[in-house]
Amino acid sequence: MTALLEVKDLKVRVEDNEILHGLSLTVNPGEIHAIMGPNGSGKSTLSHVIAGKPGYEVTGGEILFRGEDLLEMSPDERAAKGVFLAFQYPVEIPGVATMNFLRTALNAQRKARGESEFSTPDFLKKVREVAARLNIPQEMLRRGVNVGFSGGEKKRNEILQMALFEPAVCILDEMDSGLDIDALRVAADGVNALRSPERAMVVITHYQRLLNYIVPDFVHVMSKGRVVKSGGKELALELEASGYAQFEDAA
Amino acid sequence: MAAVQETVDRVRRIDVDQYRYGFETLIESDKAPKGLSEDTVRFISAKKSEPAWMLEWRLEAYRRWLTMTEPTWARVNYPKIDYQDLYYYSAPKPKKQVASLDEIDPEILKTYEKLGIPLREVEVLEGVVRPEGERRIAVDAVFDSVSVATTFQKELKQAGVIFMPISEAIREHPELVKKYLGTVVPTSDNYFATLNSAVFSDGSFVYVPPGVRCPMELSTYFRINERNTGQFERTLIIADKGAYVSYLEGCTAPQRDENQLHAAVVELVTLDDAEIKYSTVQNWYPGNSEGIGGIYNFVTKRGDCRGNNSKISWTQVETGSAITWKYPSCILRGDNSRGEFYSIAISNGHQQVDSGTKMIHLGKNTTSRIISKGIAAGVSQNTYRGLVTAHRKATGARNFTACDSLLIGDKCGAHTVPYVEAKNSSALFEHEATTSKISEDVLFYCVQRGLSQEEAVGLVVNGFVKDVLQQLPMEFAVEAQKLISISLEGSVG
Ligand SMILES: Nc1ncnc2c1ncn2[C@@H]1O[C@H](COP(=O)(O)OP(=O)(O)OP(=O)(O)O)[C@@H](O)[C@H]1O
Ligand SMILES: [Mg+2]
Repeated sequence: MTALLEVKDLKVRVEDNEILHGLSLTVNPGEIHAIMGPNGSGKSTLSHVIAGKPGYEVTGGEILFRGEDLLEMSPDERAAKGVFLAFQYPVEIPGVATMNFLRTALNAQRKARGESEFSTPDFLKKVREVAARLNIPQEMLRRGVNVGFSGGEKKRNEILQMALFEPAVCILDEMDSGLDIDALRVAADGVNALRSPERAMVVITHYQRLLNYIVPDFVHVMSKGRVVKSGGKELALELEASGYAQFEDAA
Repeated sequence: MAAVQETVDRVRRIDVDQYRYGFETLIESDKAPKGLSEDTVRFISAKKSEPAWMLEWRLEAYRRWLTMTEPTWARVNYPKIDYQDLYYYSAPKPKKQVASLDEIDPEILKTYEKLGIPLREVEVLEGVVRPEGERRIAVDAVFDSVSVATTFQKELKQAGVIFMPISEAIREHPELVKKYLGTVVPTSDNYFATLNSAVFSDGSFVYVPPGVRCPMELSTYFRINERNTGQFERTLIIADKGAYVSYLEGCTAPQRDENQLHAAVVELVTLDDAEIKYSTVQNWYPGNSEGIGGIYNFVTKRGDCRGNNSKISWTQVETGSAITWKYPSCILRGDNSRGEFYSIAISNGHQQVDSGTKMIHLGKNTTSRIISKGIAAGVSQNTYRGLVTAHRKATGARNFTACDSLLIGDKCGAHTVPYVEAKNSSALFEHEATTSKISEDVLFYCVQRGLSQEEAVGLVVNGFVKDVLQQLPMEFAVEAQKLISISLEGSVG
């Protein structure tokens, strides 16, 4: 079986500093992987490189998506193929109504895949449905993308897009940060609703608590640009109890 | 490669081929000899069968112009213009007198078709009935220097609205033209306006009688077609007491090698309780990737709120021209009159834009509002230059100004030059200005969601200018939105 996402011995530099020093990760369809690790260990860097953010230099290794060389693809091609990144810090786009943005993005992806564009009624119906599930009021969708959204609303808007685009791989970078308990539950329910045998998720988090809601199949500990330990969901509990110190030396 | 760098590179690759509207129409033209002299002025006046007073007016302007020097205060650079090396008049040779579009040179019609203009025209001619209540547009097409087609005349006539080429108005409504021409922009106003007064070829004339709300939006599409032809449009719009009119001006020019001088003059007059809304989409040829060619656009646009409670509002989307020198202004003479200026100025490649507005508060409780959005890409320079003044008697004058600049790449420049002058202590002027670079993080967010780099730039820029786009009539806004994306694209198909 070809893995959905395969990161092999990935080495990444930013402005002369090597940040990832040979990182490997294999994600199969249907799996949920959690990545934990101290601040600055390279979690966001990994997610950015998978999504194709400019400014990173890959000096070694490869990333395969369904066996295809992902690093050869432009970021929008990756998106159309089904790579989705829920940002740790979603940006604001003033003057661009959220609804318009969602529609433009969805249709751009569909066009790239050679699919027909959504009709207006179909699109509206779909957005309303998903938004209702995530407790997102319609009024929010008329505002500029993330403009004046609270931290929690921004995160929910990320999940909304994920639900709308139905990607193959979802990378969630600290989707729990800034969420209160209730919002966390709503967001996690939204994510869980998207679990499917074809779809995989990579959940980056600092807190075991999130993993009570989104139960992972695998937990990886990152330190200083490498995966230093992998295990089942109990590894997260272990980390919660003892911290990262035990892994610092391994890195 | 960083996202912004990519955009910058793409923008750099823009060249002539990508200028969509670069084509010429092969029609015979009827030219004045090259160069400028009293004879040229006489030739133009004779061509238009003008009355003697008009010729005198032109000659006076010409003599005045000879004593003037070209202004140099704007932040624009260009080689010295040889005014003797230009043609000042050219007209498409009509095959015969035109009564309807059918009779117009098919080559000309094809040009409009390429520009996407004729649909509405065709519809009207074919008797297509538009849904009740849908807004309609009357087109007065200025092809090169002569207006060749005017539609909707009948309906306008019923409303009492006069909408015709100014050359015709000079013959048919001399009393109106005499009363208003040159009263907002005097012949001696500035170098380019004076030149225009001497040699203007044609343009539009609009008169809306008291209490009449013009039943449709009036529109002129400009084209420069003849090589080396200076283009000198003259537009005069008068809204009499309690009248209202919305006027749309859009233009696009064919590609060419030599710089072309364009010096238009637009005069607006509103009497008591009247309102004029003037919207422009300007898309002259900007020059090739080396900055060669392109239109020099030196325009004098001014509105006079002559009556109490009158209003003039300018909305402009400037994307073309090698050089833009343009300050649509309002003289707020009547008490409680209001002036508005909404502007989007985009510069790319080697374009230079020096544009802005003047709000001259003379009357009591006059108000004005300025919203300017400048977008600079490539190696372009984009300057906002604005003047807001309140004179001694302008008690209670109010102005709000917001100037925002967006930079794409690091080889372009945006500059804001506001002049403020209040001779009345009760005047209240507010000014806000921001300059920012297009954010790589925002662009990446968009491409991560599936938009191409170009679509992302277009989306972000359209968001940036939204406040101004909203001021345009719906139909124009959609066109403008597309134009904005196109003008920032590197790979137009
Ligand atoms: N553009 C950059 N220039 C220089 N250093 C960078 C840049 N981006 C990231 N780094 C460095 O790379 C390291 C990893 O950063 P990254 O954001 O991937 O960590 P993280 O694991 O996501 O941390 P956190 O848990 O705080 O989100 C950090 O030391 C950071 O300072
Ligand atoms: Mg991070």
